[in-house]
Amino acid sequence: MTEVLDTANAIGRPIKRKEDARLLHGQTNWTDNIQLPGTVHMAILRSPVAHANITKLDISGALKRPNVVAAFGAEELGDLNGSVPCVWPVTDDIVMPDFPALAKGKVHHMGDCVAVVLATDATSAVDALEAIDVEYDVLPAVIDMEKAIAPGSTIVHEDKGTNTCYVYNLGGGYDEVAAKADVIVKRRFINQRLIPAFMEPRSVVAAPMGMSDEITVWSSTQIPHILRVLLALVTGVPENNLRIIAPDVGGGFGGKLQIYREEILVTQLARKLGKPVKWTETRSEDMVASHHGRDQIQDIELAATKDGKMLGLKVTLLADMGAYLQIITPGTPLLGMFMYPGIYKMDAYDFTCTGVFTNKTPTDAYRGAGRPEATYAIERIVDELANELGMEPMELRRKNWITHEEFPYTTVAGLTYDTGNYEAATAKALEMFDYDGLRAEQKQRRESGDPVQLGIGISTFTEMCGLAPSRTLGALKYVAGGWEHCTVRLLPTGKVEVITGTSPHGQGHETAWSQIASSILGVPVEDIEVIHGDTGRAPYGMDTYGSRSLAVGGQAIKAASERLVDKARVIAAHQLECSPSDLEFVEGVFSVKGDAEKSQPLGAVAFEAFTAHNLPDGVEPTLSAEATIDPQDFSYPHGTHLAAMEVDTETGKVTLRKYVCVDDIGIQVNPMIVEGQVHGGLAQGIAQAMYEGASYDEDGLLQTASLADYLIPSSMDLPSFITGSTVTPSTTHPLGTKGVGEAGAIASTPAIINGIVDALRPLGVNEMAMPASPMTVWKTIQAAKGGAA
Amino acid sequence: MIPVAFDYTQPSTVDEALASLAAGGEDAKIMGGGQSLMPVLRLRMAAPSVVVDCSRIDEMIGICEDDTHVIIGAATTHHAVMNDPLVKKYVPLLAEVTSTVADPAIRHRGTLGGALAHADPAGDQPSAAQALNAQFLIAGPSGRRTVDAKDFFVDYFTTAVGPDEILVSVAFPKQSDGWGYHYEKFSRTAQAWAMVGVAAAVRMEGGKIAEARVALTNMAPTSVRATSTEAALVGASTMADIAAASVNAADGTSPTSDIHADAEYRAHLAQVLTKRAVGKAAALS
Amino acid sequence: MQHISVTVDGMEYNAEVEPRTLLVHWLRNGIGKVGTVVGCDTSNCGACTVLLDGRSVKSCSVLAVQANGSEVTTIQGLADGNEWHPVQTAFKECHGLQCGYCTPGMVLAAVDLLGENPNPSEAEIREGLEGNLCRCTGYHNIVKSVAYAAELMGGGSK
Repeated sequence: MTEVLDTANAIGRPIKRKEDARLLHGQTNWTDNIQLPGTVHMAILRSPVAHANITKLDISGALKRPNVVAAFGAEELGDLNGSVPCVWPVTDDIVMPDFPALAKGKVHHMGDCVAVVLATDATSAVDALEAIDVEYDVLPAVIDMEKAIAPGSTIVHEDKGTNTCYVYNLGGGYDEVAAKADVIVKRRFINQRLIPAFMEPRSVVAAPMGMSDEITVWSSTQIPHILRVLLALVTGVPENNLRIIAPDVGGGFGGKLQIYREEILVTQLARKLGKPVKWTETRSEDMVASHHGRDQIQDIELAATKDGKMLGLKVTLLADMGAYLQIITPGTPLLGMFMYPGIYKMDAYDFTCTGVFTNKTPTDAYRGAGRPEATYAIERIVDELANELGMEPMELRRKNWITHEEFPYTTVAGLTYDTGNYEAATAKALEMFDYDGLRAEQKQRRESGDPVQLGIGISTFTEMCGLAPSRTLGALKYVAGGWEHCTVRLLPTGKVEVITGTSPHGQGHETAWSQIASSILGVPVEDIEVIHGDTGRAPYGMDTYGSRSLAVGGQAIKAASERLVDKARVIAAHQLECSPSDLEFVEGVFSVKGDAEKSQPLGAVAFEAFTAHNLPDGVEPTLSAEATIDPQDFSYPHGTHLAAMEVDTETGKVTLRKYVCVDDIGIQVNPMIVEGQVHGGLAQGIAQAMYEGASYDEDGLLQTASLADYLIPSSMDLPSFITGSTVTPSTTHPLGTKGVGEAGAIASTPAIINGIVDALRPLGVNEMAMPASPMTVWKTIQAAKGGAA
Repeated sequence: MIPVAFDYTQPSTVDEALASLAAGGEDAKIMGGGQSLMPVLRLRMAAPSVVVDCSRIDEMIGICEDDTHVIIGAATTHHAVMNDPLVKKYVPLLAEVTSTVADPAIRHRGTLGGALAHADPAGDQPSAAQALNAQFLIAGPSGRRTVDAKDFFVDYFTTAVGPDEILVSVAFPKQSDGWGYHYEKFSRTAQAWAMVGVAAAVRMEGGKIAEARVALTNMAPTSVRATSTEAALVGASTMADIAAASVNAADGTSPTSDIHADAEYRAHLAQVLTKRAVGKAAALS
Repeated sequence: MQHISVTVDGMEYNAEVEPRTLLVHWLRNGIGKVGTVVGCDTSNCGACTVLLDGRSVKSCSVLAVQANGSEVTTIQGLADGNEWHPVQTAFKECHGLQCGYCTPGMVLAAVDLLGENPNPSEAEIREGLEGNLCRCTGYHNIVKSVAYAAELMGGGSK
């Protein structure tokens, strides 16, 4: 299986993944696999109701059950009951309710933690939950955001006196341009609540180390480094005594970009009991206790001239925070704030977002985090404007998008897009799609009155990723930076360790990061080990989310590798008795320019640095280099996505017949991995449009609390995808990369819905709620027919 | 995810199973393949005193025929049923319906008798049994009895099998010439239960429907026959005739409403799917 | 407690188990076969799929006592020494996995599928994997992997 590679060209090659051998043989290290001697297992009693005062909580019964070691409610836990932190207070006057790990006298959402039992085995812990005596005085549940902020509503956190978390404004001037507009299109879009549903349920193990104060926490997390800082702050464990390990992590999609109450509980209880404590969630727990995503009501206005020139955009959002603020709950909708204008030129942009508390699971980042919502709104309303004006929707886009000659371009939202070529991506996508052929078929089906209508959905999107320039984050009141770190170590035998602060959970960093280092060091990919996800081995990092790992972390690998070569050059020059500037470095070998006989491979330099017998004066032994890179700017991938949708007008059933996308993510380190990332993103974005939606009843009970009810698409519910790319390198990122983790999820949702609406336009359909379930589609058709159902 | 504690027996004869059932009292639970029971146990929505595992009772496993029927042991797996030559030849509707149940791994464990006795209103096989007039052999402390499909399904998750009884086998009449079959299943995703399903069996004579049986999945507490549509279908020879007869498909049903489909939509689906199922069964669509 | 004797990946194990013990929990916690994982509690995800007497089953939906006397093959027993099973090879070659959590179940479901149908069409592959959820790949490359595995095994995709 060894790949023979021209290392100079390691970037851009579809190298098979290093990770796969262990993953394909069950030799993985999921957190739940960790079985430390003497482990105590934790089980959690969760609230079965959305909003209630806890009128009685007696844990004594549980203590009498076999194998039970301890049990705690909030009262018993006392000062160890840490609160879940929020690190993004988006406004000065934001309302931030306390979020204790164990509820203190009141539960605020179904799944809230009420008590915990610890036993010597998991079964006994679960059994003993039934012996806890708990009574609830159920209160009305706050479910609907508009009702929540209306006068007289039940208040989720009475001590705060309001359900409004914050109001955030940006931009201005819309009203002036709207006054001059020929056409104003107004729509309300519901960007429904989704559940990340990563395949590996969350799991945490915390183990005190000997009799010292040190504690190691294994967690199925995307953010071991951030978790270390926050857990130290929340628990009081000195940060230097706290080691966090994210072992193999089975997906995250933003859902594991979090510090969870269970991580706090397991850590605190391991300290209190002096024993390893372990907790692994069931899927049923995951559905109510891991954070959810999206959930916005979007009121959108687009003003234009009659010939289709966009003038201004007004965005008014209600964003559901859920019951509490988690790590970046309030900031998540604001990550989309800059993206509503999309790829279009216009003169004015007004944005207002109101964060609202409800008695639901907290929301936070889910693949795209704010940008899918923004992209959905702009791409949907552009289609509606085209319909209003009687223009071909692609033509309207062409008329308004930033042309490739206009980059860098500062948008009305204030971002400066460095590069892009929307024309090229679109031209390629249209050709791959057979756009004209499908339009002809659509016409024919319309004319023949075919019960199965065909629609074509367009999404020409961009996004901002590569989170993020630290100063920008600071200006937005996010309390951390957006840099990334890498250390590259050349070992005495010529092998390489790349120590990265990114923390993969399926992305293939071990392979791709090796490719980057290989391309600079000239060391074969298989001789490079990527170390990640362990604050003991990779102490510095900002982890993996927001399509940042390559865009930011990749820069750090490049810089550290180059610095290592610089140091090696000095040693090699000394060995070869020449000046460093006389050396060239090709394919891992230093050689004297014009005298190729005089050369020394990097591995030999490494051994010299190890023995230190003959180093130049002032050069320290060992050969390593590090770099911490703060990105110059965000990166802006873009692309054109096209969906052919068949809609059975008799049943409302929608079938995705063909999906074509052309993404421009700049330079691709590993095109195979890139394509895989696009596929997975597409599946999640398509699922939002067609299948998924977290649904609460009026009592605040989650009706989609299992994978039997929350409909993740299976292999039979999706087609194969037709993917392509154009390459317009980023000019603000030294590798020319942009990021790809979220592109598919951001772009695809509006393509699907635009396609469904396009299929049904002749029936008078101009809107489609998500997910476009058969019943929703059928009822929308009936309503458009004038209630003829 | 961890069931409550229970006792477990694995009898090798029906009589032993009946004895275990009697000994276990009212909280004893029969397990066929366990594919419906296990999730319920894992979610702690059931707390049986004893699980009587009937998956290794020889008499309840396997498929045979007599002159008029194909007889299927209740503990025969879905996988065995849908691939069995006798079933495919003489009861093709059952083979077709069974192939739509769940997924391959579940079909390797799940059993025909288990699915029928569980009687989930969204289950597919009850409609096949209804449309085909299957006969159910039930064993109890006082002996054995045979129940017709029309009397077998009583209510939500309730059948004619008493708490002290066991479903031993199901006999399906062999298909005779002139009959055509189809099952039209409509679900939101491939994994999801049927929102509505329609099993149609029609006998054609001279290009016209001479006899029709239409059974509806998930339109009532049990699978039900669309009797007024069945009557109206007699004599139909075109899709237009079938569509006209299908308008009454939901008559007398009482579909539920849930987040995926409300009663109004289910009633509409019943009409459309009946038209499609009958059309395909009659080879007219 | 009940006594069971089960052959797992070629080794016979004897154990005392509670009747309520799920096969997957016994594999993971009883004998340390942690390659088989749990992803849900409603039989939807298929992450726990193993071969029981040669056929795919969801090991969360089988009691350990029900496996008494049977042979179980997990992802850890699929390779022949250092020789990868063709399905494993194909998944690597076609990038049929990302986070890898669904992979044990997905691979064993594919092995079962190809055992029954050595020459599956894309539709048949998609149908055969219907009981195994993946959140990373959109299934595109999983379907390609299974088709390629069919080729490697001498069948080939229609």
